[in-house]
Amino acid sequence: MNENLNNDLNNVDDVDIGAMMVPESGMPAVGQKKEDILLDVKGLKTFFHTDNGTVRAVNDVDFYVRKGETLGLVGESGCGKSISSMSITRIVETPPGKYEGGEITFDGKTLLRINENERYLLPEKDMRSIRGNDISFIFQEPMTSLNPVFKISKQISEPMMLHRGMTKKEAHEESIRLLDLVRIPNPERIVDEYPFSLSGGMRQRVMIAMALACEPKLLIADEPTTALDVTVQAQVLELMNDLKSRINASIIFITHDLGVIAEMCDRVVVMYAGKVVESSPIEELFESPQHPYTQGLIASKPDMATTEKRLHVIPGNVPDLTELPGGCPFHPRCYKVTERCKQEYPPTHKITDEHIVSCWEYNGSGISSEGGEEA
Amino acid sequence: MSDTALIRVKELKKYFPIQAGVVRKTVGHVKAVDGITFNIERGKTMGLVGESGCGKSTTGRTMLRLLKATDGEVIFDGNDMLKMEKSKLREFRTRMQIIFQDPYSSLNPRLPVKDIVGEAMLQHKIVPNKKEMKERVIEIIGKCGLFPEQALRYPHQFSGGQRQRICIARALAVNPEFIVCDEAVSALDVSIQSQIINLLKDLQDEMGLTYLFISHDLSVVKFISDDVGVMYVGHLVEYGSRDKIFANPIHPYTKALLSAAPSFDPKAKGKSKRIVMEGDVPSPANPPSGCRFHTRCPHVEPICKETVPENRELEPGHFVMCHKAESL
Repeated sequence: MNENLNNDLNNVDDVDIGAMMVPESGMPAVGQKKEDILLDVKGLKTFFHTDNGTVRAVNDVDFYVRKGETLGLVGESGCGKSISSMSITRIVETPPGKYEGGEITFDGKTLLRINENERYLLPEKDMRSIRGNDISFIFQEPMTSLNPVFKISKQISEPMMLHRGMTKKEAHEESIRLLDLVRIPNPERIVDEYPFSLSGGMRQRVMIAMALACEPKLLIADEPTTALDVTVQAQVLELMNDLKSRINASIIFITHDLGVIAEMCDRVVVMYAGKVVESSPIEELFESPQHPYTQGLIASKPDMATTEKRLHVIPGNVPDLTELPGGCPFHPRCYKVTERCKQEYPPTHKITDEHIVSCWEYNGSGISSEGGEEA
Repeated sequence: MSDTALIRVKELKKYFPIQAGVVRKTVGHVKAVDGITFNIERGKTMGLVGESGCGKSTTGRTMLRLLKATDGEVIFDGNDMLKMEKSKLREFRTRMQIIFQDPYSSLNPRLPVKDIVGEAMLQHKIVPNKKEMKERVIEIIGKCGLFPEQALRYPHQFSGGQRQRICIARALAVNPEFIVCDEAVSALDVSIQSQIINLLKDLQDEMGLTYLFISHDLSVVKFISDDVGVMYVGHLVEYGSRDKIFANPIHPYTKALLSAAPSFDPKAKGKSKRIVMEGDVPSPANPPSGCRFHTRCPHVEPICKETVPENRELEPGHFVMCHKAESL
């Protein structure tokens, strides 16, 4: 891939500051640094100011992604998982959205730093050289995220011509190679088709091919298989796992489906109402979930092995983000609620190096899942 | 199966014409449902699974005569639904209801809950006047987990899960015996989904309801169903009790479908033997010859390409449409 061009682009507008590190030109790989953390998000706040009040979609969220790792972001609709990932590449529509705080570091570069004294956003021009190049997106709706009036070849070629400086002809040939890589039959023919003539699974493969076009360091997959049938989902997941080991990218996998999380991810971040409630390596999360919400979420989904007569239930509804309950936002639905939960947001406890939970009920030895009521 | 069946579907077919040209000449048919046969016992749940476009929803709607069937029989409690006179059909309408997938578009935004739920009661003269209607509505929405004061609110004031409760209340308003749940929980969040599934189960126990539960989510179908049918491009390729289908699937498509469902055990990652099918589902407008699964089947033989396999009862109550069922 065309390292020099990227670095040139990055260097052009280096307006800022000591803290911002620019990868040195000509270095073969950035992966050799002492830190193996590719993306670090700290205290991120993204709010939406609407006529009906302020929606705290992402409210003080911390997470990180290592090189070559797959991180799962899981939660129900409106928990802020998509907005968190969109904030990384700054594709949240502003206004009504606004980045209100936090710090995002990607591959040694500061993308965003907002606190009381400072409001630094990496200039838009530099962001553009990152989007679709170092960080690429796969969206949920393969039907609507491809442009219906352009041929497949043009859509895959565009980022390669832009970021990798390819000619039209080179990009066309590379498109065919990528379609072949994502196992589309007859890529020479498909490349000249329009999106409407492809099925949902094929379109999602085209999206993946586009996302891979510039060999990104980080791939953000936002519900990539939710709109697909299970059999097609299995194909796409297998493909993503295969490609990940081939290009050694990190993946942020956003989904509400814990089954898919179990299948794909190394680590999981569980979000609820704009907050991270628990974060853990995958095995630990399924074996000993700590936060009552995580426990409920795992218990309420019928497993293929479930034999019980009734499902576990988390009572109540997903809260409205404009009128969040005080204290811990989960308290109206929590079976372990105490007075303190209603007043103050709980601190974050470290259970093991990688496993953290935000709950008042954690006492150093874990939160028992006993007493989970069947509503 | 025995005589307790509330509904018998025999060789049901639904073809949609494909029209082209200025005079809208019919040039072909989308064979959405192509000759399926099954029974649903009274008080039981039949799950219908399959990929999108396989004809599950069309089956449900054709059974209720929301779509006109092309051929076949639907016997509801001894009466042939498809040949019924209009006036008699209207009477029968109260005995069968449907719950749709999307609770956002299936409720009239301009009516309050009491009218949404109560309209059919007045229409079918189940209640004599509006006053009693309101009382009855409050009773029914209470059963579905809503509060009496919510009867005066409008759909936009409810969340997705609550709206689905309203849809269920509307279906229950006319005291039906049979409800088609067409992807009724698919659009809901996980924590809300389990609430609605439990509600459906409770109502079944309480009121002796019979369900046709259409879903693409295998774990939900496994949880709620007594019998399960697997559809593929308009054919019911396998049909039997839930335990037989899930523990001992015979049709290669059922096997592939079950293996594709993600497991919850992160330790099983990469270890499970997943059958990943190549290619896409064929179009029902131009289905493959012979067995419709032959283009993707790992066990395909020449006969599969030529002859449509018969629907054979391999064990009592376990039907499979496959030439090689015995040897698999």
